[in-house]
Parts: sequence; C-alpha cells; structure tokens
Amino acid sequence: MAAHLFTNGHIVDPVTGIDTQQDILVVDGIIERIGAGLPAGNAEVVALDGKHVLPGFCDMHVHFREPGFEYKEDTRSGAASAAAGGFTAVACMPNTDPPIDNAGTVAFLYKQAQGLPVDVYPIGCVTKGRKGESIAPMLELRDAGVVAFSDDGSPISNTKVLRIALEYASMLNVPIIQHAEDPLLFKGGAMNESIVSTQLGLPPISRLSEDTVVMRDLEFTAYVNGRYHLAHMSTAGAADAVRLAKARGLRVTSEVAPHHFSLTDEALRSYDSNYKMNPPLRTAEDVRAMKEALRDGTADAIATDHAPHAIHEKEVEFVYAPFGIVGLETAFGLSVTELLLEQWLTLPQLVEKLSTNPRRILGLDDIRIEVGGKANLTFVDLAAQWTVDVERFRSKSRNSPFHGRVLTGRTLGIYNNGQYVPTM
Amino acid sequence: MSSLSIRHLLGLDGVPREDIQLILDSSDTFLEILDRPIKKVPTLQGKTVVNLFFENSTRTRVSFELAERRLSADVVNFAASSSSVSKGETLLDTARNIEAMKVDIIVMRHSAAGAGHFLSERCTSRFINAGDGSHEHPTQALLDMYTIRQKHASLEGLRVCIIGDIAHSRVAMSNIYGLLSMGAEVAVCGPSSMIPYRLEQLGVRVFTDIDEALRFSDVINVLRIQLERDAGANFPSVREYLNYFGITRRRLDKLGRDITILHPGPINRGVEIESEVADGPYSVILPQVTNGVAIRMAVLYLIGTSAE
Repeated sequence: MAAHLFTNGHIVDPVTGIDTQQDILVVDGIIERIGAGLPAGNAEVVALDGKHVLPGFCDMHVHFREPGFEYKEDTRSGAASAAAGGFTAVACMPNTDPPIDNAGTVAFLYKQAQGLPVDVYPIGCVTKGRKGESIAPMLELRDAGVVAFSDDGSPISNTKVLRIALEYASMLNVPIIQHAEDPLLFKGGAMNESIVSTQLGLPPISRLSEDTVVMRDLEFTAYVNGRYHLAHMSTAGAADAVRLAKARGLRVTSEVAPHHFSLTDEALRSYDSNYKMNPPLRTAEDVRAMKEALRDGTADAIATDHAPHAIHEKEVEFVYAPFGIVGLETAFGLSVTELLLEQWLTLPQLVEKLSTNPRRILGLDDIRIEVGGKANLTFVDLAAQWTVDVERFRSKSRNSPFHGRVLTGRTLGIYNNGQYVPTM
Repeated sequence: MSSLSIRHLLGLDGVPREDIQLILDSSDTFLEILDRPIKKVPTLQGKTVVNLFFENSTRTRVSFELAERRLSADVVNFAASSSSVSKGETLLDTARNIEAMKVDIIVMRHSAAGAGHFLSERCTSRFINAGDGSHEHPTQALLDMYTIRQKHASLEGLRVCIIGDIAHSRVAMSNIYGLLSMGAEVAVCGPSSMIPYRLEQLGVRVFTDIDEALRFSDVINVLRIQLERDAGANFPSVREYLNYFGITRRRLDKLGRDITILHPGPINRGVEIESEVADGPYSVILPQVTNGVAIRMAVLYLIGTSAE
C-alpha cells in the first residue's frame, strides 16, 4: 500500500466547483479523504503550505516521435517531460514512422506507455500513411484506443477526403484535428509574412494559408455535421472564423499553443531557428487575438504542440531547420505569466483550458477532486519565479526559444496512476 | 583613418551612418591604387581570407578575390560544388573546419537568408556577406552608393528608385537600408506582385507606373530580372515586362532630363533595359564594376583591421 498525504493544499476544481484549503489523503491512486488536519499515519507527507492542487493537466497535442524518431524523443522521455510540466495526460500526434494508421501501432504505443505516471493517448491518422488520399481504418483505430484523428504536420487538403473523413468520424463522436494550411500558399515558407519577413528575406507564409483553410473546413463541418478541432490556431482571422462557427452551433473546438500567445515574429530578427514553428509566430495583433479567443471561449484548450528536435537538426541555416519547439516544460509558466497575471483568465478558467476542456474534446473522463475518485492531480506554485534552463529539460531535446526567460508559475509535481512525481 | 563599430559586415540594416560614411570615404584611396601601374599594397599581408561561395557568382567572387589580392592577403577559394557539403556536412561544420585552419576573414555567399548571422554567432572569424538569399548584399549596395556619389555630390536628399523584382532582391534591400541611412529619398518600382509585403513601412515610396517612377528619380538602379524563375510566375511574360517596366530610350527621351542609371549586373539586354540605354551616356554600369573592387578593398581593410 502506497499512501501520500498532501497537507494544506489550495484545491481548485472547476468540475466540482471546489475551492478550498484542505489536506488530501491518497492511497493506491484513490482519494481516500479530504479534510483539515488529517492524520498522516504511515503516509508520505507532502507539505503544500497553501500551494495549489489542480486537476491533472492534459496536453492534447504532443509529438513523442515514437516509433521512428526516438533520437528526438520517445514515449518515456516525453512522459517525463510532461510530468515535469505538470501534465498527467497527453495525446500523441501520429506523424511517426511508421505513422499511427493501424491498430498494431496503437497497441505498441499503449505498451510503451504502460506503468507510466502520465497517460499517453495515441491519435490516429485521418488518412492511410498520412498521404491525404484515402481514409484510415477509423473504426479499428477507435477500438484500439485512439482519442482523435489527425494528419498533423500535414493538412488534409483534398476536399473530397476531408468531407469523407468528417462524415466517417462523426459516427464515432471523435474529432478530426486539422492542421490548417494551404500547401500551395505555404510552400517553402519559413516564417509569418510581415514587414519582418520582408526585412529578413525569409520565404513568407501568409495568414491566408491558415485563414482560408479554416473557413473552408468550417463550411464542410457545418454541411456534414462533423466534429472539427482546429490545431494550433495562430491567426486573428482563424479565431474570428471559429468564433462565428461556434455561434452558429457547429461542433467546433480549437486549441492555442503557448508560443502563439507569448511571442511575435519580431523575435525572428535573430535568425534563431528555435523561433521557427509551424504555424509561424505571428504579429502582436494575432497574439492579442489568441488571448481574446482563450478568454471568450473561442479557444477551448491550451496545447503545446511539443515538437522536440535534435540540436544538429536545428543548428543549420534558418530555412533548412525543422519547425517546432519543446513545449511541455514551459507551458504552465507561460500560461500563468501571460494569461493569469495579465488577467486574461481566472485560475478556474486556466484549469479548464489545461485540463477539463482538452479531456472532454478527447472523450476522456472528467477529473473530479473528491473522495473515492481517482487521484489525478497537478500541484503548482502560482507565485514562484524561475528561469527557464533547457539543460534541465526532461525531454531528450533542447529546442526552446524560452531559454533564459524568467517565468512566474511553476509546477511542483503530479500524482497519477498511483505515483507521485515531484518536479525536481 | 578611424575604425568601424561593426565586427562583421552582414548587411546594412542597422549599420550606423558613420560606418557607411567611413567605408565610402576609404574607398577613394583604394580606387586610386587601382590606377597605379603596380596595383598592390601590403595592407592585409599575413591575413588569410576565404571566399566561401555556396552559390555560383563568378563576378562577385572575382571582384572580392582581386580586392583581397591587391591588399596582399592570402586567398583561398572554396566553392560548394567541390566541397564536402555535397557529402552532407552541415554549414556549421564546414565553417568550423575552415576556421580550424586559422583564417581571419570569411567572405560568404549563400542561398539561405541569415546564413552569415548564423555562422558569425558561432565562429571566431570576421564575416563579410557576399549575398545571402533574398536578404542582403551589402558590398553591392555600398558600391552602388559610391558610384552614385561620384556623379552627385551627396546622397542627402537625392531621389533614388530601385526597379524590378524587389521581393527577391538582396541588392534592393541593402540599397534601401544604406540609402535611407545616408539621407536619400528611396523608392521602388515594379509589378505589385514583385514588391515585398509591407515594404512601405520602411519609409520607401512604391511605384507601379514606370514613367511616374522615372519622373520622381535622380538615379535609377535597374535590377536583373530572373528569367528562369519569374517569367510566368510573378509576371506574365518578358514582352509585357519590357513594355511596361523596361528602361527604354523612348521613356528616357520623354523625361527630357538626365538621370543616372545603375545596374548590378549581369544585364539581360532587351528585358529590363535596352542596350542603347545600358551603353548610353547616363549609364554608370562599368564604373560600378571598377568601384566594386575599391569598395571591397575598403571593407576588407576596415573589417580585417578593426579592433576586437
């Protein structure tokens, strides 16, 4: 029997509405008691001294690179990175080699994740081999345990395939997650089109690439009554389109990555490839639009698009560097610094974006911090200031533009699957 | 002579006016050397310069090489086609290997914008950008400004228009930064599809009517049209380009006044400029080439001897 007593934690759970300072006794993964001054007995005591206890965070958009690119990340190192970032659940994108387009690969990933303190859920491909030509066996993938479908990394561009995918997936009540990008407009692009791309001479990616695909997709979603989730929303135009679609009652959700609410394309003036992401960093107007979208519910979730790459892959000419950043370990600090402290979101709202909403989008059970419930918890210190140091990342990779940045809000640890993992 | 505030010459964006002034002023001395019977001075004796060219450019490389040799530097040419780049070595490894052989200055041409910035932050040599993608080509802009200054006493208040495919032109961008910094009024002219996004935010006038642009200008800098890349993609045809944007005798006659004409070369005769104009009295195209050697001598000297 393993028992942990978390004393004097400030529990905030938007699902049960609880907001109180109490002790929590957890035994073998189940919340045994909640109350004041609970006796420790032989439980390991973790003194929280008023720090917060929140429902475990869920990142619905990560790239753990397994199978195929384990030198960048694998399920185990990715889960360690997630735990360090306060996440107890992640959903892995299927742009692996081979891609996750069959039940065998899904079963392999569940096996790799067995016994970890972080629940690792595979996302299945929308199309066979991520080729965008014909849909993958979605029923079989669903039964094998995928929580969503996506060809992330590539858009679903063939409109006939898009329609069939949305129709077919709608009977499973599983969302199609779209990487919204127009391949012709995007081609060869390296950064957002703006005065900065003009000055840097880097091949531009216009906002049109995202905006027009989102607008088109939403019409398809309306027409077939599909379930559509927009990955890594980055433009004011896309946010406007999603807002309108929600007002029309469409089954549409969206996510925003921390870098898209905290950085602009001005950062690229250094030609540092750690700022190279897809979608690219946009303008100050877009950053503000992402914050507005999170506040008014247009954006349902904060998702990191955790995209680890080896140093030798990023240490090249900007145009040749791959897109993406290590996201899991800075997401909470950025959310507190940019959203909570700037009063774009209240703490319960932030918890919804980091936990409740992504779990609901993926069809996972709500976390309820109550006696008899499964203990799936994230412990945080909202006031702690810390300096990001990529050398301390648990991820295998180091590609983060936030190295050296001082953030407010730090995770203290997670508890999930009967394991307590403190953040070192 | 005083010295530069910059350690590398990666571009003209953000380079202080005093530095540009110093390079232009220093070039007078070097231009004079080019007219001597023995065109060589010992200024960079004992220094090693590597011309690291990842893109073909015979004329820029020859211009740099002559400048280096006339300053008595030891010169090594490294062309990407004959290098280990084709074997999959990264740019950084290539540069570090060259540096390990103890060189002082690296002159680099590369197709990727920012390649010089990338290396200069990771290496110890001095870098001179000889063109990086669509970003900058600072020595070309310096020699253009120097050539303009020979014809017109000062760049201050002078109206200069750059004509052609601005969106893919490192020459245009370097000229814009340099000329603005020296107090010129700068305009560009070309088909709207070849004007980079939001360029006017830099304080540049944008024309799409060539006659209007000519009426504005004291000086025009006519860019080469990349036939292979652009015809059919960014404009309909060479014929349409010449008819609507080409610099022709007829257009200049209509203007009824002198205008200084630059072209960074190589020229597509009959596309962006008529032969008669390119070879005409207002053209300073060949002086540009001569000045290019002097400017590069000045840049090599100033970068090579500036303090740590």
